[in-house]
Amino acid sequence: MTAAVEFQRVSRHFGPASAPVKAVDGVDLTIAEGSFFAMLGPSGSGKTTCLRLISGFEKPTGGTIRIFGQDVSDIPPNRRNVNTVFQDYALFPHMNVRDNVGYGLMVKGVDRRTREARAEEMLSLVKLDGYGDRKPAQLSGGQRQRVALARALVNEPKVLLLDEPLGALDLKLREAMQDELKTLQARLGITFVFVTHDQGEALSMADSLAVFNEGRIAQIGTPAEVYSRPRTRFVADFVGSSNVLPPEVTRAFGGPAKWSSLRPEMLRLTAPDGVALSGTVTGLRYLGAGSRVTVALNGTEVAAQLPAGQPVPEQGATVGLAFDPAALHVMEGEG
Amino acid sequence: MHSDRASLGLRIAAIGGLLFLHLPILLIFLYAFTTEDKSYQFPPPGLTTQWFGVAWNRPDIWPPLYLSLWVATIATFLAMILGTLVSAAMARTSFFGREQISLLIILPIALPGVITGMSLRSAFSIMDIPFSTWTIILGHATFCIVIVYNNAVARFRRLSGGILEASADLGANAFQTFRYVLLPNLGTALLAGGMLAFALSFDEVIVTTFTAGQQSTLPIWMLQELVRPRQRPVTNVVAIVVFTATFVPILIAYYLTRGGSETAGAGK
Amino acid sequence: MTTPAILPERGLADRLTALFWRHPRLLLAVLLTPPLLWLGVVYLGSLAALLLQSFYSIDEFSGMVKEEFTLKTYAELFRAQNLDIILRTLLMSAAVTLGCALIAFPIAYYAARFARGKWKAVFYLGVMLPLWSSYLVKVYAWKLILAKEGIITWAAEGVGLSMILNAILAIPGIGGNSLSTSPLGTFIVFVYVWLPYMILPMQASLERVPTSMLEASADLGASRAQTFRTVILPLAMPGVIAGSIFTFSLTMGDYIIPQIVGTSARFIGLAVYQLQGTAGNIPLAAAFAVVPIVIMLVYLTIAKRKGAFDAL
Repeated sequence: MTAAVEFQRVSRHFGPASAPVKAVDGVDLTIAEGSFFAMLGPSGSGKTTCLRLISGFEKPTGGTIRIFGQDVSDIPPNRRNVNTVFQDYALFPHMNVRDNVGYGLMVKGVDRRTREARAEEMLSLVKLDGYGDRKPAQLSGGQRQRVALARALVNEPKVLLLDEPLGALDLKLREAMQDELKTLQARLGITFVFVTHDQGEALSMADSLAVFNEGRIAQIGTPAEVYSRPRTRFVADFVGSSNVLPPEVTRAFGGPAKWSSLRPEMLRLTAPDGVALSGTVTGLRYLGAGSRVTVALNGTEVAAQLPAGQPVPEQGATVGLAFDPAALHVMEGEG
Repeated sequence: MHSDRASLGLRIAAIGGLLFLHLPILLIFLYAFTTEDKSYQFPPPGLTTQWFGVAWNRPDIWPPLYLSLWVATIATFLAMILGTLVSAAMARTSFFGREQISLLIILPIALPGVITGMSLRSAFSIMDIPFSTWTIILGHATFCIVIVYNNAVARFRRLSGGILEASADLGANAFQTFRYVLLPNLGTALLAGGMLAFALSFDEVIVTTFTAGQQSTLPIWMLQELVRPRQRPVTNVVAIVVFTATFVPILIAYYLTRGGSETAGAGK
Repeated sequence: MTTPAILPERGLADRLTALFWRHPRLLLAVLLTPPLLWLGVVYLGSLAALLLQSFYSIDEFSGMVKEEFTLKTYAELFRAQNLDIILRTLLMSAAVTLGCALIAFPIAYYAARFARGKWKAVFYLGVMLPLWSSYLVKVYAWKLILAKEGIITWAAEGVGLSMILNAILAIPGIGGNSLSTSPLGTFIVFVYVWLPYMILPMQASLERVPTSMLEASADLGASRAQTFRTVILPLAMPGVIAGSIFTFSLTMGDYIIPQIVGTSARFIGLAVYQLQGTAGNIPLAAAFAVVPIVIMLVYLTIAKRKGAFDAL
């Protein structure tokens, strides 16, 4: 099966050739058709640039980009069968909602009746029936986001790109939209490529995700893989809230002298006597569904996640640490 | 400042200042109705509307009026095209020479008119170009470019940058984006710029006297009358016409761009 | 779905779009060429012509322009009568700048600090409309007002102040036969016409003075006068300087107001106008015209150092 999107050694450099700014640096990427793919990373990591390389608003300085097997290096954005939901929605302020949604059809020359019917269909899909006559200025943030979504879907694109679409929404709305997007994608079967800096969002929505760092991909995999078996320190730090142990501490914990990660929920607290690892409790946080206990030892601090109901030690108490050795995941490196 | 209310003195000074700015024009209107035509006697000895009729019938007023209208129209048209083109280029990407171009656009209106006028005069003299309607239009279009440019650029900045990209993303080519997205959103700003350019051109006299040769635009006619007056109230009638021809476009431009932060005229 | 990943080209418009996308600098060039060509040729070319002309000279006998490079014309600027013109213009420009600054300040200050709601619009329109309304009509209006038989004389007589009026008119250097034929009259009209140019930048920079700063000053024990002198005035200075750029430059170049309201004494602008017209000495006119350019360049450099451009 052809991949929906394929990057082969793609680079996007800015500035003089002697000292280029490498926004994207030799990225290889394959996005399977019909998947919900997330590109995760801090700002400036290159994920948005990669998204724009797919849509055509950036041109690569090196490498090849294929969409469903076709090389799109020479194709401008308006001829790629790819549509984008922009971060600020970019709705046309002078048109009403129906005309906004129908815009993609209008520029293709579809007659008014057909495109208005399609627009209404799309509005139904995003649960905005009856909003056709309103202007964007009259809509709330969440409603504008749905219009942007409907507008991008009306062309039935092969790939839908979403550039941090939920960033401007408040928490409850964001979570609701996350569910809706997942349902929509499953229903339509279109490949979704989703950019976010929120690792929780990426982990909960994506079928597979790529973690970006400084223009390169640090790891690609399913959310479970990336979370429990991060390849590098950067990924471990950025995704989830695992304990990241520098090489010396890894040795103390019984592993090789390399960076490792250990999930907080894999750590158990015991009585300090006769245990190989022990330390002082320096922090206690009640989380409702459990407690997070920070323990200082060997010049570093690790966090243990205790489920609700377990006895919680006192601040300053000495405790022992125990864990299943298989849970200590050794990583490849730092970046 | 302990309170947030201005002192009485300050308020009087401020409002007095505003009145100072506006009252003199009202006098012009008054003097258009006076019966005394040989001096500027105040108070006017009598009031009459006859001068409007006299002005209408004077043969030496209509040609300058037509010339002014013609020049203003063509100059505005040229300025709108050139101003829009350059504002489109300047609005987004930064490129080499951007600041210099910015200075170049504003220079015709930043340097005193006598310099622009004298420069054009020098150029015509060196290149042996005779005076004509086109020499007038040449000067006017040049300093009207910045008026249109200011309004267009301000509007460009206010446009959500994404909408042009969104249009392309949805399949529109450059011309469709221009027609369906850019123009509707830019339109009122361009119109406002055009109105202001028209007003500026219609009223312009400082540069025009250098580029007009034997011809007279309406302001030039007025200038001649001021230096060697004939029927003074008739000059006042013409003054009212000139004032209205500049005032009305400005008001329209203000209303066209009132919604945003780039209200027309702020960049003169 | 059998729709392709790449949509077909639909004609010339699509081809051009692709061309501009592949070569964005091409689009930039297309956009910039007509206006730059125009401005470069018409405007910069003219300025060059002006400079060129100022290095030519007039043959005293034939009255024709001798197109050879010489500094003779500039030397003529240093003749007593011409120097006189330049100095007179500079003096008037400085006086007008001062006058504008003093009158504009209360208006700008009030509009920036205290005007709210509809009053803000009133002040905005109130300054904008005179700014844009007809220059010539404004000057004309003052000719009416200052005329010997006009409203000021009438008002002075009515209030019994005509003695003061006549006394002022009797002062040499400022007064004259009537207000409309005196340097004082010229001064008043200049101030009137350029006032909005001073108000706007002043208001802009005063608006940037945060109220909290004034409150802090009062909180630390400063009197109103002290706060004014040490906080408000320095922060308003860039706006004042920006406004002064306009008033100075516009006064230096103006030739119409001195013709209509004033004595027959000449200013730079007037000299330029007359020299290129009936007197037919274009090189000298050009040389005179270069003087304000040089002065303004110096002024602008100083102003830029004092941060005036941020207030523009």
